[in-house]
Amino acid sequence: MTSLFEYAPAPESRSIVTIAPSYGLFIDGEFVDGTGESFPTINPATEEVLTEVSAGSEADVDRAVRAARRAFEKTWGPMRPADRGKYLFRIARLLQERAREFAVLESLDNGKPIRESRDVDVPLAAAHFFYYAGWADKLEHVGLGTQPRPLGVAGQVIPWNFPLMMLAWKVAPALAAGNTVVLKPAETTPLTALLFAEICRQADLPAGVVNIVTGAGDTGRAVVEHADVDKVAFTGSTDVGRSIARAVAGTRKKLTLELGGKAANIVFDDAPIDQAVEGIVQGIFFNQGHVCCAGSRLLVQESIHDEVVASLQRRIGTLRVGDPLDKNTDIGAINSREQLERIRELSDIGEAEGAQRWQPAGELPERGFWFPPTVFTDVSSAHRIARDEVFGPVLSVLTFRTPDEAVAKANNSTYGLSAGIWSEKGSRILKIASHLRAGVVWANTFNKFDPTSPFGGYKQSGYGREGGRHGLAAYLTGADSK
Amino acid sequence: MAGMTHVLDPDALSDDARALSVPLPPYRDVTRSDSAFRAFLHGLPGVDQVGAEARVAQLGSRSIKTTSKAWAIDTAISMVDLTTLEGADTPGKVRSLAAKAKSPDPTDPTCPRVAAVCVYGDLAGVAREALGDSGVHVAAVATAFPSGRASRAVKLADVRDAVQNGADEIDMVIDRGAFLSGRYLEVYEEIVAVKEACGDAHLKVILETGELVTLDNVRRASWIAMLAGGDFIKTSTGKVSPAATLPVGLVMLEAVRDFRAATGRQIGFKPAGGIRTTKDAIKHLVLINETVGPDWLHADWFRFGASSLLNDLLLQRQKLRTGHYSGPDYVSVD
Repeated sequence: MTSLFEYAPAPESRSIVTIAPSYGLFIDGEFVDGTGESFPTINPATEEVLTEVSAGSEADVDRAVRAARRAFEKTWGPMRPADRGKYLFRIARLLQERAREFAVLESLDNGKPIRESRDVDVPLAAAHFFYYAGWADKLEHVGLGTQPRPLGVAGQVIPWNFPLMMLAWKVAPALAAGNTVVLKPAETTPLTALLFAEICRQADLPAGVVNIVTGAGDTGRAVVEHADVDKVAFTGSTDVGRSIARAVAGTRKKLTLELGGKAANIVFDDAPIDQAVEGIVQGIFFNQGHVCCAGSRLLVQESIHDEVVASLQRRIGTLRVGDPLDKNTDIGAINSREQLERIRELSDIGEAEGAQRWQPAGELPERGFWFPPTVFTDVSSAHRIARDEVFGPVLSVLTFRTPDEAVAKANNSTYGLSAGIWSEKGSRILKIASHLRAGVVWANTFNKFDPTSPFGGYKQSGYGREGGRHGLAAYLTGADSK
Repeated sequence: MAGMTHVLDPDALSDDARALSVPLPPYRDVTRSDSAFRAFLHGLPGVDQVGAEARVAQLGSRSIKTTSKAWAIDTAISMVDLTTLEGADTPGKVRSLAAKAKSPDPTDPTCPRVAAVCVYGDLAGVAREALGDSGVHVAAVATAFPSGRASRAVKLADVRDAVQNGADEIDMVIDRGAFLSGRYLEVYEEIVAVKEACGDAHLKVILETGELVTLDNVRRASWIAMLAGGDFIKTSTGKVSPAATLPVGLVMLEAVRDFRAATGRQIGFKPAGGIRTTKDAIKHLVLINETVGPDWLHADWFRFGASSLLNDLLLQRQKLRTGHYSGPDYVSVD
């Protein structure tokens, strides 16, 4: 692009957010000091230290679980379901009222563009609470018999890619079903969870119903392994998911895992090409590609490969990479140095394996963690960039010749979280979708989320579903089962 | 064409026009027959309406402030086809509009002039005289605007009349009836004939997208107009609602982008009708900037067909300059 129509900086003001110099833990309705060390959380776009948070110790986690148990037995569990619903509606409204604050804080702590935190993360988080608030007094219609019961205390460990939204996906259904929770936000993105704790207080949520214990892997392990936790819900990497599954094996704990993905985005030659190109961009560059269901493998029909790649490159050239708080930014910062290293490493491997790397011209900010939108062509199914989850703005382009080949290549993955199909032919979409082993299949769109729709994976992408009626089943037990 | 009346000129499409009617390579053979043309147009990639709407909604959230807003407002003013298309139009009204076109803000000589004044063909002479050598173009609507329901000979006479009166830009309407009944070649040939009748005048082809309804139709009609030699494709007459919506603009811009990529010929785009505020105008400029790029960010390639838009642009311009809003009495009533 030439400089004819340069957009002047349009930064969202961060004055709406007040960040304390340090934070403790939220246990039993109070902010309390942790007994562990403190660690800094930084703005990945500038490497500026935002504040210090507490690394919850085993003793802290134990306190939180005991508070959650008490609340489950004394207040939340016995409460009339309609009243539980009222609290959830109240939380949803408060999230909406303080939406701008949450959006700015999320972008500061995570590095994602304000356009996305403002238009996607925060509205969807509120929508989840609204949706499950409505379920609270209708649990007999979930499909688990006439008297489904809550499980008790849920230990929830969430990732850094959608901190508030993942919190909502976990907390809203758990509470609607009558459970209480101990939630551990990700090490690099604890701040919106702590602000959510403030919302819980503002909503007069009874003490102990929601407990938030910040920290890293050790804290998460303490939550998962605590003997008085009845249910474990985890979203994150497949490696950690595997170790959690091992840790809860042989216990009474119920487990749901939402893990990695390497989704195929399949573009047929009868696709609406311009919208497909938008969908490819949305599929892989949304949230810097830090999306477990990202469309990281583009499977394009060979007859339109050149046309699609050319359109895609032209479109990527218009993406605006930079300050996450600028309202015109499309691609923000990579969440952490560690993640940036992984993206670099896998991209270098891609090149070494013989794939062609393409990146648009343009400079990246000097400070902070940045990686340009990247497209690899000449990728074979055997390449690591076609198999490993990069979790960054890196697209691998593969081709197919026939619908059967498209399905075979799409399914040729150890993951099975999501997939996309682009075609103007309805019958083709239905047939291909029925053959894809993926939890979510999008047709002529990608990365669309809705609280009413179940979400979850096949194979190494995990088990259990979040969202919709199915999401409640993970937090309930039927009258006839134990 | 059998069965139609051509009182004025029974053989509307001249030999010259027939020669012209061969599209640019690589599309030379697509108009060789009705079925070939239909196959070509229906072979264009489909448009997913939901996706197109999502894209323009995303672009609509761009935040254009301070220096870029000032640039956008001046650029938008320079792209306005200041329009009056009323039965009650008079020479006096047209002269008053011409005065405003030359100097939209008399208190500020740095304010750019608009691109053109757009009137009915019988008033093109008045506009021509009033605009003199100001550089503001005279655009006239023709071809039985706005319905286009007249025989081809009448339409062509309408065009020649407007050109003779001094119009150097002709805004024609396509035959939507022919288009919707699938007679694409007829639509195409009529545009070719009008282009020939225009002589040196620039031809803007109005698709009247509010009557074509689907975005697939918008894409096909855009291609017909471009292949037939139109210099601009234009959304609407302003007499039918909805007029210039952003999804329609997106699809038409994709068409001119793809056409240039294939043929090397750049076609202009003119949204008209329903664009009333500076905010609307800036959304269109952003749409151009991020769909076809800066090559189209000039009055030679992009126009706003509008009447009330100019006053809002002027008010916003004054606001940026002085720091406060004035009011409707600080810009002229047209």
